[in-house]
Amino acid sequence: MPAAAGRASDTEPEPEAEAEADETGPQWPTRLRSAWGTARTAGPPPGPARPDFWRSPLRGPWLTSVLGLVLLAGITILFVTGLLSYAAYNPDLAAVNDQTPDKGWLGFYLFPWPTSPYWLYRVTQGVHVTLGIVLVPVLLAKLWSVIPKLFAWPPVRSVAHGIERLSLLLLVGGAGFEFVTGILNVQLHYIFPGSFYTLHFYGAWVFIGAFVVHVAFRLPKALRAVWPRPGEPAPGTQDAAGLVSPRPAAPTISRRGALGMVGLGSLALLVVTAGQSVGGWLRHTALLAPHGQDPGSGPNGFQINKTAASVGIRPSDIGPDWRLTVRGAGRQVDLTYGQLLALPQSESSLPIACVEGWSTPDQRWSGVRLTELAALVGLGTDTPQVFVESVQRGGSFRSVVLRDNQARDTRSLLAVRVNGAVLSHDHGYPARVIVPGAPGVHNTKWVTRLAFGEQA
Amino acid sequence: MKFRLPHAGGIAFRRRYGASPLHLLLVATSFALAVYAGVRLLKADTFGVALWFVGAALVHDVLLLPLYSVTDRAAQAVCGASCARDFVVRVGVNHVRVPAFVAGVLLLVWWPLILRRVDHFTSYTGLPADGFLARWLLITAALFGASAVVLLVRMWHGTRASRRAARARARVRKARK
Repeated sequence: MPAAAGRASDTEPEPEAEAEADETGPQWPTRLRSAWGTARTAGPPPGPARPDFWRSPLRGPWLTSVLGLVLLAGITILFVTGLLSYAAYNPDLAAVNDQTPDKGWLGFYLFPWPTSPYWLYRVTQGVHVTLGIVLVPVLLAKLWSVIPKLFAWPPVRSVAHGIERLSLLLLVGGAGFEFVTGILNVQLHYIFPGSFYTLHFYGAWVFIGAFVVHVAFRLPKALRAVWPRPGEPAPGTQDAAGLVSPRPAAPTISRRGALGMVGLGSLALLVVTAGQSVGGWLRHTALLAPHGQDPGSGPNGFQINKTAASVGIRPSDIGPDWRLTVRGAGRQVDLTYGQLLALPQSESSLPIACVEGWSTPDQRWSGVRLTELAALVGLGTDTPQVFVESVQRGGSFRSVVLRDNQARDTRSLLAVRVNGAVLSHDHGYPARVIVPGAPGVHNTKWVTRLAFGEQA
Repeated sequence: MKFRLPHAGGIAFRRRYGASPLHLLLVATSFALAVYAGVRLLKADTFGVALWFVGAALVHDVLLLPLYSVTDRAAQAVCGASCARDFVVRVGVNHVRVPAFVAGVLLLVWWPLILRRVDHFTSYTGLPADGFLARWLLITAALFGASAVVLLVRMWHGTRASRRAARARARVRKARK
C-alpha cells in the first residue's frame, strides 16, 4: 500500500479545493495565516523534502503496493497466530496463567485451548515466529519504498493529513516494536523494557488499529496500482502518490530484480530459521536460529527450554526426599518416587513446542495419566482443572493451572520416562507434566504438587 | 471505491477537515483502541517503552536507510565513471549488492547470537553459544562466492558473445572486400 500522506480527497482538483479552504476556513490571526501562506508557496526547503532528492527509479506505487500486499497477508497471519498463542496459555483460567492481568476487553475472544490436534500449538507458534522473521526484509523494503513520504512537504496539509500521520507513527512504531521485541525474545536477549508478554501483547493491540486504518485507506489504491498496469505512472501525477522520482537516476537494477533480492533475503532467513521448528534432519539447516542444534544425543537429547541449573534446582530438591503431593476433594496423598513408578504407566507421543517458535518432533513419553492421579483422591471421573506446582523456586511458570479438558485428556501424563529412558534433570526429573497441544511452559518440570479442583 | 455523504454536508466537512467523515470515524476508533492498549503498554515503564516505540518507528528511516544508502552509493562509486558506460560493470554492482543485502538481513535479525550478546544462552538452553559468528561468516562467504561464480559465468558468456560478434563483423567486412 502506498503508505504515508495522501488524503482521501486526492482525486479532487487540488488548487481549487485549497483556495476554497482559505476563503471560508477558520479565521486565524492574520499573521499566522500569512506565515502559513508563505511557507506553503515557498515550497520545500532543500534536502529530503524536495521530491527530486530521492532519485531511485524503482520507487513508485507498483513496488510499494506489491510489498504492501505481501505484508497485508503476512501480518494478518502474524496477528491471528499471535492471538491464538495468547489464548493457548488459558490466561482467563487462573492468576498464575495470566501474564497480563490488566488486559480488560482485549481478552474478549479467549476460549478454552483444545488438546486436539495435539500439534496445534507447534504449528501456530512455529508459523508465528518463522513468518515474522521471514517478513523482516519485506518490512524494510516497504519502509525504503515510501521514504519520500516521510519528508513530504508541507509536513501537514490538513487536519485529516495530520491525524493520518499520527496514525502512521503508531503503524510504523508498532510494527517495529513488535518485530524487535519478538526477535529479541526468541534469542533470549531480554533488553526490552519490561515483561515480553506485556509488551508484545499490548503492543500488538496498539499496532493493529493503525494497521486496519492503513489497509482501509490504501488497499483500493494498492490493488489499482498492481493489477491493471505493471509499470509506474509519471512523476507528479495523481497516481504516482508522491513516490515516483521526478529526477530518476539511471537504473542499476530492475524493479523485479529488487523484489527478487528482497525475496532472496526472506528465503535465506527461512532456510536458517525454519529447521528449529520443523525438527528432524532439517534442524541442522537452522544455522543461525537459537535452537538449531541438539543439546545432546540419546533419549534425552532433545531441546531444553530452561536447564535445571538455570532455574536453581538443587540435587536435594529432586533426591530421595522428593515427594509428589496429590490433593483434591479434601483428600491428600503423598507419593515417593517408587510409589509413583508403581502406579499404572501409560505412553503418549507428544512434542514440546515453545512460544519462542522452536519445537521438537514427537517424543515418546511414559508416566501416569493425570486422570489416574486424580483417581487417587476420588476425582478419576469428571476430573476438574488442576494446579501444578514445580519445586522450582523462582522465575515465571513455576506453576500453572491446567483446564479440565487438559487434565481429562488420556494423553496428558505426569511423565517419568522419555524415549525409553528416565527423564534427565534438564527435562524435569523426577516427574514432569506433558499435555497435548499446550505451550511448552505449561508442561511443568520437576513437579511436586498436583491440586485437583484448585485455583492456586 | 469511494463513500460519499449527502452533497452539502460532505463538502463543508471535507473543506474543514480535509477528508470524509468516514476517515475521521475510522481513525478515531483506532486511536481509542490504541489508547486503551497503550495505557497498559506504558504502565510499568512509561518512558522506557515510549522510547522503544518511537525508536522502533525511526530506526529504519533515520539509522538504517542512510547507512545502507551511503554504502550502496560508495559501492557504485568504487566501480567508477566507467559504470555508466559499461553494462557488465554497471550490472556488476548487483553481484556485490545482493549477497551484501542477504548477509546484512541475516546479521540484522540474529545479531544478539552472532555477536554473543546473550550471556545466559548456554546456561538456559544447554546449547553452545559460540559458532553463530563462524556460521554467519561462512554463509556470507558462500553468498559472495556464489555471486562471484555467477558473475564469472555471465562475463564469460559476454566475452564469448562479443568475440563471436567481432568475428562475424570481420567476416562481413572480408566478404565485402
